[in-house]
Amino acid sequence: MGLLIMCGAPAHSEILHTEKSLYRNIEVYSDDELRCLRFGRYTGTRQSCINLSNPDNLEFNYTRMMMGALYLNPNPQHALIIGLGGGTLPTALRKLYPGLQIDVAEIDSAVVRVARQYFGFTTSQLTHATEADGRVFVKRALTQPVRYDLIMLDAFDQEYIPEHMLTREFLTEIRGLMTDQGVLAANTFSSSRLYNYESVTYQNVFGDFFNLKDSNRVILIRRNGLPDMAEVRRNAAALEARLKPLGVQNEWLLSKFSNVKDWPANTRVLTDQYSPANLLNSK
Amino acid sequence: MGTFSLSSLRKPLVFVLAGWSGFYVMAIELLSGRILAPSFGNSIYVWGGVITIFMLALSIGYLIGGHLSVHAPSLRRLGLILMAAALTTLPVIIWSDALIDMVFTRVSDPRYGSLLASSALFFLPTVISGCVSPYAIRLLVTQLQASGQSAGKLYFVSTFGSAAGTIGTSFYLVLLFEINQIFTTLILISLLLGSFAILFKPACHE
Repeated sequence: MGLLIMCGAPAHSEILHTEKSLYRNIEVYSDDELRCLRFGRYTGTRQSCINLSNPDNLEFNYTRMMMGALYLNPNPQHALIIGLGGGTLPTALRKLYPGLQIDVAEIDSAVVRVARQYFGFTTSQLTHATEADGRVFVKRALTQPVRYDLIMLDAFDQEYIPEHMLTREFLTEIRGLMTDQGVLAANTFSSSRLYNYESVTYQNVFGDFFNLKDSNRVILIRRNGLPDMAEVRRNAAALEARLKPLGVQNEWLLSKFSNVKDWPANTRVLTDQYSPANLLNSK
Repeated sequence: MGTFSLSSLRKPLVFVLAGWSGFYVMAIELLSGRILAPSFGNSIYVWGGVITIFMLALSIGYLIGGHLSVHAPSLRRLGLILMAAALTTLPVIIWSDALIDMVFTRVSDPRYGSLLASSALFFLPTVISGCVSPYAIRLLVTQLQASGQSAGKLYFVSTFGSAAGTIGTSFYLVLLFEINQIFTTLILISLLLGSFAILFKPACHE
């Protein structure tokens, strides 16, 4: 209903909500049809946007690329999303899979509130949001019987990286939370020196992965090994009709799949002992 | 002549030990956040817990250091204090993983988990490091009139050392080395400086 009311809003940029949370400055603004969330006033990059006249549409290429995870596992039962933002990913997964169990870990309670209030994110019997540091959530979940067949890692942005969530030890813990057929989609960095470090770290823990590049880079992994492209195409074809309303074009997404290793193999692996990710990202 | 030049090093050495101790405490405080993050996260309250423990430990250290300085203060003993702080940091390298895992499985609230783990690992070495400044002031003060000036100079050096330890560790050292390599180097430097200080025989006025 909130979305309908906003249709009459003026067609220029307007700030709807600002708030200083414990971790960042949060700003919600509208820009024509788009309602967006950004961290850091004016200078901040957009974290999430929804199109008010077409709220199902995934506005960012990286969120479309994250849906590539479904080409590796088209029938997930239990998903974990680390980093909520405007709730784009859980909202899209909910539309695609009404019966899917979704757990979300978000460190900032203000972000959860804003996602609910301005971006239509809802929790329910099937969607749980936990206010916790992603690494702590994962470590805690490892002591429980729960395992996930879909994990989406979306906890990084250009301004700040939680350095303890980009290490071999963290990825090993993530791997431990995945079922055999479990798939991981990670939204990461396409430029800066960090690209190479991150690539060898993922390779070190998981072996080969699909590398999807745009302005962001999305890494897609299946725990028991990557499917061949024939299987990926079959799954893509089966999902085509359901993904189209989200603005995900089959051919576009498939064209992004690459397993070329375009980084020096002798790059240093990031560990809990050595993880200067923010410094590496600064150039 | 040898003795003469050595004893002229007394005062500078007191300042070096105090400045180094300041560097040491802040380098360790920064790295402690790194050590706790994998289990307790990088939330604001984890830093809150770390800073609380360090401040509490330093405050107690000041009290103890002042008390110790009353009876037969010497450069040699200051060296021993520095070495004791270094040696009590060793468990961080050897047992931190096991200890943090133990706390993690028993305490589910990351606030109290990080508070407990940082007390167990960092409280003792920081209390001992806190003894350095008041003890060093006692070694510098020869006249009542100049005591405030001596204290001021010493605070300057030790807090300047803290600033250097903070920027050096967070801007540069973590980019080059592993956390345990940095800890090992810090401990070795403290042991080296401390053993240099214990070479000094008690001075006449000490």
